[in-house]
Amino acid sequence: TRQCSPELADDDDGSAMSRRYDKVVTTFSPEGRLHQVEYAVEAINNAGTAVGILATDGVVMAGEKQKVTKLLEAPKSSEKIYKLDEHVATVVAGLTADATILIDAARVAAQRYAYQYGEPIPVEQLVERVCNHKQLYTQYGGQRPFGVKFLFAGYDRHFGYQLYLSDPSGTYSGWRATCIGQNANAGQSLLKNDYKGTETTSECVTLALKVLHKTMESLSAENLDLFALRKLDDGTMVHTVFPHDEVVALVADVKKELEAAEAEAAAAIATSSGK
Amino acid sequence: FDRRVVRGMETTLGLVGKDFAIVAADRSAARSIVVFKQDEDKVLELDSHKLLGSAGTAADSKAFTEYIQKNVALYEINTGLKLSTAAASNFIRGELATALRRGPYQTNLMLGGFDSAENRASLYYIDYLASSNKVNYGCHGYASNFVLSILDREWKEGLDVEQGVEIIRKCIAELETRFLVSLPAFTIKLVDKDGIRLLNQHRPEVAAA
Repeated sequence: TRQCSPELADDDDGSAMSRRYDKVVTTFSPEGRLHQVEYAVEAINNAGTAVGILATDGVVMAGEKQKVTKLLEAPKSSEKIYKLDEHVATVVAGLTADATILIDAARVAAQRYAYQYGEPIPVEQLVERVCNHKQLYTQYGGQRPFGVKFLFAGYDRHFGYQLYLSDPSGTYSGWRATCIGQNANAGQSLLKNDYKGTETTSECVTLALKVLHKTMESLSAENLDLFALRKLDDGTMVHTVFPHDEVVALVADVKKELEAAEAEAAAAIATSSGK
Repeated sequence: FDRRVVRGMETTLGLVGKDFAIVAADRSAARSIVVFKQDEDKVLELDSHKLLGSAGTAADSKAFTEYIQKNVALYEINTGLKLSTAAASNFIRGELATALRRGPYQTNLMLGGFDSAENRASLYYIDYLASSNKVNYGCHGYASNFVLSILDREWKEGLDVEQGVEIIRKCIAELETRFLVSLPAFTIKLVDKDGIRLLNQHRPEVAAA
């Protein structure tokens, strides 16, 4: 076991004690916290933003890609958005390598269920399996937790379209719209104000881009992935990662809309202050 | 592994109607020439809307069907959801298949269920070699030599309960006439949107509704 050295300075929270209990994830601190899990969340707070929104006819997700330079070869598949099964997809915020492990495990769990029951796994059960996997690393083995948060978007016959968020502690929650990663709070407050719950997929796409516009330094098609999951009338599930040209057009539209709104607001202030 | 036991003396049968399924099984518990009891219920209720009739070695039938029943219950408790009849049949088949090359469960099954999601009843014929097929009617055991002809002739799409029960009655009557092994009593259960009800335990007439 590790003991901190006596000359270690106090923490920001005024407690030198927390240093003793944060090296090993499987240890509670005296305040009843698992510091490693909290630090994992900190790691994610610096990661590219991801947003998920439930529409009446589908689920929309978008993610900010942080590592974009001219020399970087565009990946063949998205680094933010992953298909888990025909009816479930996920967007990642955090350590990509950690995410890959969990995504592989989720894909296996989905197929194992389909093998056993001959039916697609209900979305919440898949989320729970991933989360139980994450929880193991907060209780056993002395290994660090996964530094990833997921948004899961899926459809099943029990509850229709669903959106779930899961974090490094292994807890998950169902959402109608939510945001993770950098500046998530700003994104979340925008959703709180603007999301009504009656939007169609295309309206949600606009809303998702507005959220990213708020959370990202500069919104452009180069550094984001946009995704929608929908079920067609014949029951086929469609995963759409929006092609680059479409994203360019959509981003342009959103920017125009926001600029127009800003101009209107400025004009209103000017008029009222003129009185 | 006694193939005669598996193939033989016990019977389970079933059919689907327009919005219900009936699963029936004989009530004997016997070995060789000795009958232990004539009131054994071999149509297990997996959940509120599923019936599993079994025929085969007594120990395996009971152990396996109860194992399935408890797993179905566990699924419901864990997830808050009900398994569809199709999913249950896949699960059952998978368990039989896994055990097949280790030590097979010597039991033949008829799975009947009603799914409210699709508002439809379905029936599955599952044998001890882990084959599963969705069927309109079916029968296991020597009795099938007699019963299938009746079912082939009588079954049609969209049967109502009365017609369904009448066909079962004819099947059992045929067995009484032609089958060497005496099967004096049957358990006959019906499943529809309202759940499971026991139609008759001794004679194949409909009990008062």
